[in-house]
Amino acid sequence: MDWLLQQLINGLALGSIYALIALGYTMVYGVLRFINFAHADVLMLGAYAAYFLAPAVNSVIPLPSLTGAVIVTLISVMICTGIGILIEFLAYRPLRKRPRLTVLITAIGVSLFIEFTCQHSAVFGADTKPFPQLLPEHDYHFGGLVVSSNDLVVVVTTLLLLAGLWFIVQRTKMGTAMRAVSHNQQAAALMGININRIISFTFGLGSALAAIAGILYAMKAPGIDPLMGVQPGLRAFIAAVLGGIGNLPGAALGGLILGLLETFAGGISGLSNYRDGIAFAILILILLFKPAGLLGKATVEKV
Amino acid sequence: MSSSSSYLTGAKRWMIAGIVLAVVVSMFSAQFNRYHLGIIVDIGINIILAVSLNLINGHTGQFSLGHAGFMAVGGYTAAKISLVVSPMLPPALQPLIFLVALIAGGLLAALAGFGVGVPSLRLKGDYLAIVTLGFGEIIRVIVQNMEAVGAASGLKGIPKYTTLGWTFGLAAVTIYFVTSLVNSTYGRGFIAVSDDEVAASSMGINPVRYKVTAFVTGAFFAGIAGGLYAHHKQFLSPTGFDFLKSIDIVVMVILGGMGRTAGVVVAAIILTLLPEVLRQFSEYRMIIYSLLIIVLMMARPQGLFTWNRKKGAA
Amino acid sequence: MLRRTFLPLAAVSLLLPACNKSGGDGITIGEFASLTGKEATFGISSHEGTVLAVETLNAAGGVLGKKIDLLTEDNQSKAGETSNVVNKLISKDGAVAILGEVASSRSLEAAPICQQNGIPMVSPASTNPKVTETGDCIFRVCFIDPFQGTVMANFVTNTLKAKKVAVFTDVKSDYSKGLAKFFKEGFIKAGGQIAAELDFNGGDKDFKAQLTAIKSAAPDAVFVPGYYTDVALIAIQAKQLGLSVPLCGGDGWESQTLLDIGKDAVEGHYFSTHYASDAASPGVQAFVASYKKRYNGKVPDAMAALGYDSAMFLADAIKRAGSTDSKAIRDALAATKDYEAVTGKIAINAQRDAVKSAVILQVKDGKFKYLETVAP
Repeated sequence: MDWLLQQLINGLALGSIYALIALGYTMVYGVLRFINFAHADVLMLGAYAAYFLAPAVNSVIPLPSLTGAVIVTLISVMICTGIGILIEFLAYRPLRKRPRLTVLITAIGVSLFIEFTCQHSAVFGADTKPFPQLLPEHDYHFGGLVVSSNDLVVVVTTLLLLAGLWFIVQRTKMGTAMRAVSHNQQAAALMGININRIISFTFGLGSALAAIAGILYAMKAPGIDPLMGVQPGLRAFIAAVLGGIGNLPGAALGGLILGLLETFAGGISGLSNYRDGIAFAILILILLFKPAGLLGKATVEKV
Repeated sequence: MSSSSSYLTGAKRWMIAGIVLAVVVSMFSAQFNRYHLGIIVDIGINIILAVSLNLINGHTGQFSLGHAGFMAVGGYTAAKISLVVSPMLPPALQPLIFLVALIAGGLLAALAGFGVGVPSLRLKGDYLAIVTLGFGEIIRVIVQNMEAVGAASGLKGIPKYTTLGWTFGLAAVTIYFVTSLVNSTYGRGFIAVSDDEVAASSMGINPVRYKVTAFVTGAFFAGIAGGLYAHHKQFLSPTGFDFLKSIDIVVMVILGGMGRTAGVVVAAIILTLLPEVLRQFSEYRMIIYSLLIIVLMMARPQGLFTWNRKKGAA
Repeated sequence: MLRRTFLPLAAVSLLLPACNKSGGDGITIGEFASLTGKEATFGISSHEGTVLAVETLNAAGGVLGKKIDLLTEDNQSKAGETSNVVNKLISKDGAVAILGEVASSRSLEAAPICQQNGIPMVSPASTNPKVTETGDCIFRVCFIDPFQGTVMANFVTNTLKAKKVAVFTDVKSDYSKGLAKFFKEGFIKAGGQIAAELDFNGGDKDFKAQLTAIKSAAPDAVFVPGYYTDVALIAIQAKQLGLSVPLCGGDGWESQTLLDIGKDAVEGHYFSTHYASDAASPGVQAFVASYKKRYNGKVPDAMAALGYDSAMFLADAIKRAGSTDSKAIRDALAATKDYEAVTGKIAINAQRDAVKSAVILQVKDGKFKYLETVAP
């Protein structure tokens, strides 16, 4: 029983991170109808931004501490938001009218570019760097269960961000505009919405989430390297598709489900080596039976 | 009418010329510098890979990101057969075993292609890309856990059967087969499916059949390429067939122009030679590669080698 | 169209005969290593050791009166790259001997090529037995995993008094799988019981699922024969889960990065390796001093020491052979009975492996502390 509960906690924590990343994928897909492969690398950039900022912030406000962590996170988020908007402007905006496949391949190119440039010794280097401790850590013991404060922070942060995102999308003008653009870009433009601004905003928002996810992930596993975003990115992407791409609650749900599944499968001897493959197998099965994902709506193709 | 049939006979003539040339050059290969010979064989293998992927991505307009998986299936199958069977047989029979191993690899890869092609029927664009990527990864993970093929340590000691003759001979066969297929009346269906599936099906063309055929055929030749690769490098490792390898092949197809066989072949040659030529810049290689992809997509998404393209011709 | 396809192919094939090997005045030694990519720290370490050795030798006049020309190629920690670079080093650059690598899987890729060309290959730190089994041109200057596994198995049984041990293997690394297998054999032979066996993928960041399962098997110790980055994260997450038993491992642990990332979570755990930088022997201390001088105060780890040893050892063999002929070098290497290296005395046995002692280190006060030496 203890084992089960512990895995549940592990799975929730992991799933929350996937959910955060998945939200970014799904938002961009909703608005631009393509998969931003480079999203996972913004996660990595967020972690590295924090890595470089930490010593500077530490000299003003000693780390680990809540204030220090928040400051580091805020600045990293701002940097990554800027980077996300820049990527959209440079690489995707010129291709707005092109076939989706072209943009997809470009996204792959951008992702590889970021990864390999960062691996170069003049930039970050390919080796794993130790991530500084941002928050004070405690382990809470409940009988045989151990909940680490990191896990709590991850889950609470995710919930808060989800609530904030829901608020933005459902209750603000920007959010309504985002939804309009994702339904029908042309009609939205006719209604006077500045498409470019909305798209930039979406990218910025998604990148902010990715940066936070990157820092949370690095707090959990304090070894960062330029390829650290690849695996979680892939899983989060599967989560987004699982939940129905373009669907925000679906992404969060997908993230949680994938995190839980992966954790339970990982704890079973003999199954853990297949973790990579299992995630994809789940994806393929879902797409076979429910091509629009769990919460997605099947669109009719008009001829 | 008559021009197309003489075109076809012309193509057959070229294939035979290609095979003969390959075999003849191969007989002198002992004179060549081993390092350069290795690169030339790599070129041949990449040509087969690029042309086979071109059938799926270029001619049929599907987006497959898991081609390395088919290569892996073919390579491991062929290698395993060689390793198990050849010690039991006299050297004279080795070319025969090699051919059998290659074909077996190709057939198993074709089966995998069928397995990938069928689920892909309902999917388009991005989803299809991800599912094919997923299949490629699943194949890699399975191989990585199969002790029979060395699991993560890889399969080593594969006999060196691949020669120039085999490689370019098979490359000639692949090119001939794919181009003849697409240029035939039946083959117009591929391009129709790529252009507009709904219109094609209303014309009586069964997109299901074409898509699956594309995957199966493409996978078959990728499997052959995998077998050649295995008996060339003499060592197979599951990490060598990952997403990045699939991307390598995809870039060749994009660079050459999706659907242009000649362009794709030239792209394969260039993209095999480039890393070797730029070896002193090898630390920048992947950076340059990825920039190349981005720039290509922005400036010339139809590929570099698409001069006077006859609409629908290969 | 087809014409355009076949003509370039034909043209290219005709260019082939016009290629020769590069000559030169020095002794060309090829080195291949993982200088970028996943195992970059190992590759960089061993490379730095090798370079230090070559510079030291050249400063003293070289070998047989000639300078050593070290040509290094990076295989990017990728499968498939090694065969390209080794082929290039042998055929294009005319290397008379090859040094490399740390990771067994990539050494396994290079070995058949060196063997077929009759070029001797000296691996600094590949511990998987299959590497030297490839052929009589392949050597290594380190011990092999059957030995290392037994060393840890005995340590765990005798010193840690553990009866039940869980084994946590990196399924992507044949080094890890091999070492785990030999540890299990040794441990069961010593009367122990395997509490649980779980796997992880090298490069993973989250191990809590498997660690939870290990914890519920209640082992006395956990054997984690992985590489340092993964081990550090495993140690941290084990601590977070309240799994407080000792962790043990092999030479894949040894890197400053283990301490940087793991911090206090790796405190008190044990691993076996090739040498200890704080060992008292004058040879080790001299090496550590000159390494620190060359590389800005960096302390050399086992890979650096082995990289250094492999180059020095090769040079010594060339001197003994009295010529730069590859076959003569190979024979001199095989005949080594008694070479004093930084990492211990090297005696090459019939399998071309070095028969050497292992040391066991413990992480104490944020540093690697020497515990004991185990002789073969």
